[in-house]
Amino acid sequence: MTAPVPLLSVENLTITYASDAGPVQALRAAHLTARAGEVIGIVGESGCGKSTLASALINLLAANARVTSGAVRLRGQDILTLPEDAKRAIRGRHIAMVFQDPMTSFNPVLPLGAQLTDFQHHLPQTRAEKRTRARAMLARVGIPDPDLVLTRFIHELSGGMRQRAAIAAALLMTPDVLVADEPTTALDVTMEAQIIHLLRALRADHQGTILIVTHHLGVIGELCDRVYVMYAGQVVEEATVDDLYHAPRHPYTRALIACDPAHLETHTPVLPTIPGHLPDLTAPPPGCSFANRCPLVTSRCHTAPPPWVRLSDTQAALCHEVAP
Amino acid sequence: MSTVAEINPRRRTALAALRRDPMGLLGAILVAGFVTMAIFAPLLAPYDPIKIDVAHKFAPADFAHWAGTDQLGRDILSRIIWGARTALGIALTATGLAGVIGLLLGLVAGYGPRWLDGILVLLFDSVSSLPMVMFALAVITVLGPGTSTLLLVIIIISIPGYARLIRAQTLTLQQADFIQAERTIGASPARIILRHLLPNVVGPLVIVLSMDVPVVIMLEAGLSYLNLGVRPPTPSWGNILYDGYTSLRQAPGMVIAAGLPLVLATLGFTFLGEGLRDALDPKLQLRVPK
Amino acid sequence: MLTYTIKRIGLAVLILFLVMLAMYAMVFVVPGDPAAVALGPRATPALKAELITRMGLDQPLYAQVWNFFRNAATGDLGFDVWSKRPVLSMILEVFPNTLILGAVALGVALVLGVSLGCLSVIWRGSLIDRVLAILSVSMISVPSFVIAIYGLLIFSVWLGWLPAIGAGEKGDLGSQARAVILPAFAVGISWVGYLARLVRASMLEVMGANHIRTARAFGLPEGRIVARYALRIAIIPTIAILAVGFGSILSSAVFVETVFSRPGIGSLITQAVAKRNYPLVMGTVLFMTAFYLVVVTAADLLIARLDPRVRDVYRS
Repeated sequence: MTAPVPLLSVENLTITYASDAGPVQALRAAHLTARAGEVIGIVGESGCGKSTLASALINLLAANARVTSGAVRLRGQDILTLPEDAKRAIRGRHIAMVFQDPMTSFNPVLPLGAQLTDFQHHLPQTRAEKRTRARAMLARVGIPDPDLVLTRFIHELSGGMRQRAAIAAALLMTPDVLVADEPTTALDVTMEAQIIHLLRALRADHQGTILIVTHHLGVIGELCDRVYVMYAGQVVEEATVDDLYHAPRHPYTRALIACDPAHLETHTPVLPTIPGHLPDLTAPPPGCSFANRCPLVTSRCHTAPPPWVRLSDTQAALCHEVAP
Repeated sequence: MSTVAEINPRRRTALAALRRDPMGLLGAILVAGFVTMAIFAPLLAPYDPIKIDVAHKFAPADFAHWAGTDQLGRDILSRIIWGARTALGIALTATGLAGVIGLLLGLVAGYGPRWLDGILVLLFDSVSSLPMVMFALAVITVLGPGTSTLLLVIIIISIPGYARLIRAQTLTLQQADFIQAERTIGASPARIILRHLLPNVVGPLVIVLSMDVPVVIMLEAGLSYLNLGVRPPTPSWGNILYDGYTSLRQAPGMVIAAGLPLVLATLGFTFLGEGLRDALDPKLQLRVPK
Repeated sequence: MLTYTIKRIGLAVLILFLVMLAMYAMVFVVPGDPAAVALGPRATPALKAELITRMGLDQPLYAQVWNFFRNAATGDLGFDVWSKRPVLSMILEVFPNTLILGAVALGVALVLGVSLGCLSVIWRGSLIDRVLAILSVSMISVPSFVIAIYGLLIFSVWLGWLPAIGAGEKGDLGSQARAVILPAFAVGISWVGYLARLVRASMLEVMGANHIRTARAFGLPEGRIVARYALRIAIIPTIAILAVGFGSILSSAVFVETVFSRPGIGSLITQAVAKRNYPLVMGTVLFMTAFYLVVVTAADLLIARLDPRVRDVYRS
């Protein structure tokens, strides 16, 4: 039996950054699969490699980054090895991104309308038609006066409006893959709730897949179907949202859930944290990266790389100590 | 000028950085050379720089006169060596005094009452919105050309830049936690200024001062070239250049010899200033050429 | 935008007013009376009396100040002590020469400076970038009149390619063009270095900004990103500096104009200073300051149009 080609897959992706201290291994054999209609969460602390993964998905790695192995496949085709023109043809049209900070992600000296029209440069229509389309998309994401917003500069909008505009920009070309990088971090709690509400409404009529990159477990719980947990550049667990909350298997995932303020069962004066710190990514340990912080650690954890243990159709973990 | 000593805490890093920066090092060597020349001019100069010897006018360069003689038979090399004393003397005095006055006015503007700050800023803006050379010429017309007028003009022109730098730094620092903390425990303004503001604002000022030295050297030479600065017979690179210019066809060697120290000194001070800036405070911007 | 415009122009007018006041006051703080100072050793009682009347020095102080401001506001800058011609017409006669020199110098600086800056950005971090950096600093710091004299010696005296003095024959564009080459290069060279540095720095900064990454993420062609998204921002500091530059280039052209005996503001004012010709010096200084303020203010307003963030700072 052959599985159908998934819409998006990341295979064995290893990316290093050149630095003064030697190459930093930002991603190590990362992998994920996303099918049409799915909303995927990618969660981890800062420094876990999730931003590098997001950059790789839209093919915009930093100048000092190097892909040492692996592939990002859109409908089976590796997009990392394409010539620059072909990469450009995919960006925005097939894979679009909602950036973390909309204030700095829009050009400060061009009105929003000009940028939203430019972003549709893949299409053959006239600028007036593109502007109408941009207007409709702004209305779709709940901006009350889209005609006015088209003439505004980004700094003239409120935080919530900026984020809505960023989402509208990404949706303009109805991309197959929508990557949202920390879509709610720049917002206060009320705005965050509104944006999550908006994203939920949008996922209903979005044909492709949405990837939500965040350190915020609450956002994952509200929006996603499946989750990949990342730690120190590796995917350490793959699970459905239900399993993530109720049956996490990797010790890191468990620690993460235990530290989430929303899931504390008793009142506590201090927020719990995971003791210890991330390993040095210029020289990752030979065994498990989480070994020095893990409550279940055994001697082999320090010496042998952990296996990717398939636990069910939808759950797997990178650990010596989990048993199927 | 105690460029390095005043930034004591970071002294070692500054020296280390200069060592890694070949242009900064070249600048330091050139500056050291000119400073030596200025200090030991009486010992180094082979002849009296103002002694006229018309019998030997326009002598070509030879072993007796390494750079030849001018239209009055004066030894050009000696005049250039003494010119270093004129150039550095004026440049260091003017930037030093302007730096001190600018420091005081900047502290007053930044720390004093707001109404005074408003007036001072308007004054700074007015002076710095004058075209520098025009202002200099106006003052020289009124006071008459000469070294003291030159010093006065340079000091007045330079003060606003330094005062604004200090004012900006003072305003920023006042928001800093450690100064707020001092204030809540009732520290006197004098203590806050002397113990906290001063040590923190002096570093950037010294860098800016060192980067202005070549500008002042250039202005002195330029005005002396127009015979509106240092008055002959006192040797200045500017008036040597002018003497050479008037006899360009008989003795082209004169302008070459007089221009060279000007080029080398401005380059030397600039490279040193840039090196210091890169080592200590890379955020400081190069000022607009004048 | 209107509030900003009014504020900006008001500030320029206020500064000009203060400058005039200071210049007028300066004449009175000098020991000795201005007429005697202006005439120097040649002063005879008759000449002095005539000059005092002509300069209005026999009137009460408030009347003098009032007249000075009223005349200046109507463009009357007084009369030359020696030739008795109106100062303004003497200035306007030579000003075009200086304007041409400044414009050509700035044009040369702009073309060379922006190209060198872009080369540095394209090859950033390479040996070329480092050599250009040293070259830029050197060009900024070397005095213009030394370049002028060396240029004169090499290209006019030794090679005989270019004229050594003057601004060329009237009506002969070719000779005027040849006469402006050396002075313009001498005046503009420090700006070549400065603009190269500025363009490099602002271009690098803008190309690293988040919104450029966004534009790339939407697959916009790199050419359009540079021309429409980056240059609009990177050019802002360059325009601001260019305006200041134009004002200060015209003033610092004094030295170079003197070297090439080129008729212009420089030759006019240096001769007037040497003869202590008060009305001519003060008139020229006032004229140049006013011109400088107009250019700088215009540039500020242009920047506010290009960068909406600037004008909103003033709106609140």
